[in-house]
Amino acid sequence: MLKIDNLHAGIDGAEILRGVDLEIADGEVHAIMGPNGSGKSTLAQVLAGREEYEVTDGSVTFAGQDLLELEPEERAREGLFLAFQYPVEIPGVSNTYFLKAALNDIRKHRGEEEVNAVSFLKLAREKMKLVEMDEQLLQRPVNDGFSGGEKKRNEIFHMAVLDPKMAVLDETDSGLDIDALRVVASGVNSMRGEGRAFLVITHYQRLLDYIEPDHVHVLVDGRIVRSGGPELAHQLEAEGYNAIEASARAEAAPVGA
Amino acid sequence: MTATATVTSPAAGLLAGHDDFLERAAAVPAEVATLRRAGRQRFAEVGIPSTRLEDWRFTNLAPIARTEFRHGPGFDADAPTPHGLTGEKLDVFRIPDCLDFVFVNGRFSRALSDSEELPAGVFVGSLAQALQQIPQHVLPHLGRHADADHPFVALNGAWLEDGAVVYVPRGLRVERSLHFLFIGTDAGGMPIASMPRNLFVVEEGGEATIVESYAGFEGERYLACPVTEVVGGRNSTIDHYRLGEESLDAFHLGTLKIHLDRDARFFTHSVNHGGAVVRNDIQAYLGGEGIQCTLNGLYLARGRQLVDHHMQVDHAMPHCNSYELFKGILEDRSRAVFNGRINVHQDAQKTDAKQSSQHLLLSDDAIAHSNPQLEIYADDVRCTHGSTTGQLDDEAVFYLRSRGIGSEAAKSLLTYAFAGEVLEEIRLDTVRQDLEEFLFTRLPKGDTVRQAV
Repeated sequence: MLKIDNLHAGIDGAEILRGVDLEIADGEVHAIMGPNGSGKSTLAQVLAGREEYEVTDGSVTFAGQDLLELEPEERAREGLFLAFQYPVEIPGVSNTYFLKAALNDIRKHRGEEEVNAVSFLKLAREKMKLVEMDEQLLQRPVNDGFSGGEKKRNEIFHMAVLDPKMAVLDETDSGLDIDALRVVASGVNSMRGEGRAFLVITHYQRLLDYIEPDHVHVLVDGRIVRSGGPELAHQLEAEGYNAIEASARAEAAPVGA
Repeated sequence: MTATATVTSPAAGLLAGHDDFLERAAAVPAEVATLRRAGRQRFAEVGIPSTRLEDWRFTNLAPIARTEFRHGPGFDADAPTPHGLTGEKLDVFRIPDCLDFVFVNGRFSRALSDSEELPAGVFVGSLAQALQQIPQHVLPHLGRHADADHPFVALNGAWLEDGAVVYVPRGLRVERSLHFLFIGTDAGGMPIASMPRNLFVVEEGGEATIVESYAGFEGERYLACPVTEVVGGRNSTIDHYRLGEESLDAFHLGTLKIHLDRDARFFTHSVNHGGAVVRNDIQAYLGGEGIQCTLNGLYLARGRQLVDHHMQVDHAMPHCNSYELFKGILEDRSRAVFNGRINVHQDAQKTDAKQSSQHLLLSDDAIAHSNPQLEIYADDVRCTHGSTTGQLDDEAVFYLRSRGIGSEAAKSLLTYAFAGEVLEEIRLDTVRQDLEEFLFTRLPKGDTVRQAV
């Protein structure tokens, strides 16, 4: 589904990703963990096509296409979704109508028929239940005045409506209490399966108690330094990032020097 | 401020033919003759202001000073196609469900206007008619409110002849929305200057919805210099709109003066997207307690258009609210000026005055000058002003694109949303819908915007 090969990227001349390799197969859930500043969010933004970041080397293939060649909206239409760490408030743009326009842009691209207002509302109501979101939030402008938890649920709601092949969740758990986390996780879990893959980026192991990943990777200083099964997350929880950072840097030093 | 000859251009051009005008004009009440004489004298003295005057610092009127205008040739109110205009041709400027009154180069055309019976005692029509039929309601207000020293109020006064008049007696409400459409033309390549003088009087407890549109067809070059005086009696409600759809080759120098009495509610929206140079002076005098006054605006400019709004709100009495929200969307090398003055007089305790001016620059070459001015002489008041100038939020654009919305559509959507806050406050549905439609047409990928809002 997604293949990242030796990805180097940075912003304003500073390199943040320094050779990321990652392959995610259809149906899989991968988690990327890492300390602050390790490049987790940069990876998410680069995958979604944020123009401020410059890719200096490497490649990303998504569903057989060169992802880096595509504009952000083309990536979305091809089935890539990014749940933002900090969802943007957009006063004046209706959460419902904007999402309907987005869905129809995606459907047009796929050669599918556009949905009308009635069937869209039906779909939206159904998906809102998935994340136990208040229906009133449909009528409001996008994320405008939403609480932190509501914003994160809204991201998962967008994802559920847009039905992507590959979803990247950027710290969707940050700032959520346990109840909200459960809701968000169950929304994600209900969408797991054939035809879809997830890349779950998180700072905390806690999320992975609710969304059990197939693979866990640790990102330090812009490189994946450890990969393993779910047990790796527990190890990190017990030992903290310091130990793994130190050993990763020790290993990297001779090469980088 | 005293203007001197060194900072103004000669007035001669815009007063050319004034002697003939006075001679051939129909007999008028002495008050009108006085206004004409005073206006001429004042404008001859001050002329066209130069950018060396503080109030005109960013608004260069040299293109107007350079152009030779003539006062519009008259036509009979019953002439079927004044200046070649037909009712059909004007359809683009009409507003659904409104009663239309059409003025061509400042002069009323009965042939192009709707006629409908109005409640007894209500007058809606031309100033020329009103001076004959209801002088007792016109003369006490005409020229009493607008600042006679303002150069273009003076110029308008010099040529005072026709315009729109609404008179709503005590306790009555005009159900139909009234639309005054002012069309400017250049009569075969010769630019015409028109000076409509409008007066809207709504007495105690009365209600009216009034739209003024200033419009012209593409390529036409003319000057519209209207003065509108609005008088809102005690506890009256006036919903007012001023729509600027002038030809992009035309000039518009407009004045709106609002005088409100106790407990009056007044709402105005000034929307502009036409004109090469547009200057609107909007002044509200809150002369009684408990007044609610909303002055909103939305303007779009591109190319080399210049749009200037000079606002002044005078809080003379306690317990009044004034709200101003102005938004400008600037493209290309266009420029906007917003000057917002609020004067809170010594007696005006418990004043609540809010002013916000926001500019969205869609090009690096567009420029906005925003200048809020508060003068407060009362101590128990709440006055706030805010002024922002910025570009579209990159993060918001990216967020929308990440959901599958195309780049152009995302920008248009955010531009629309910026304007939306003003649109939402428009109470007259047909005006709001027309403006929404206008934006969907004007903004790139407007169809996506139409779907998404």
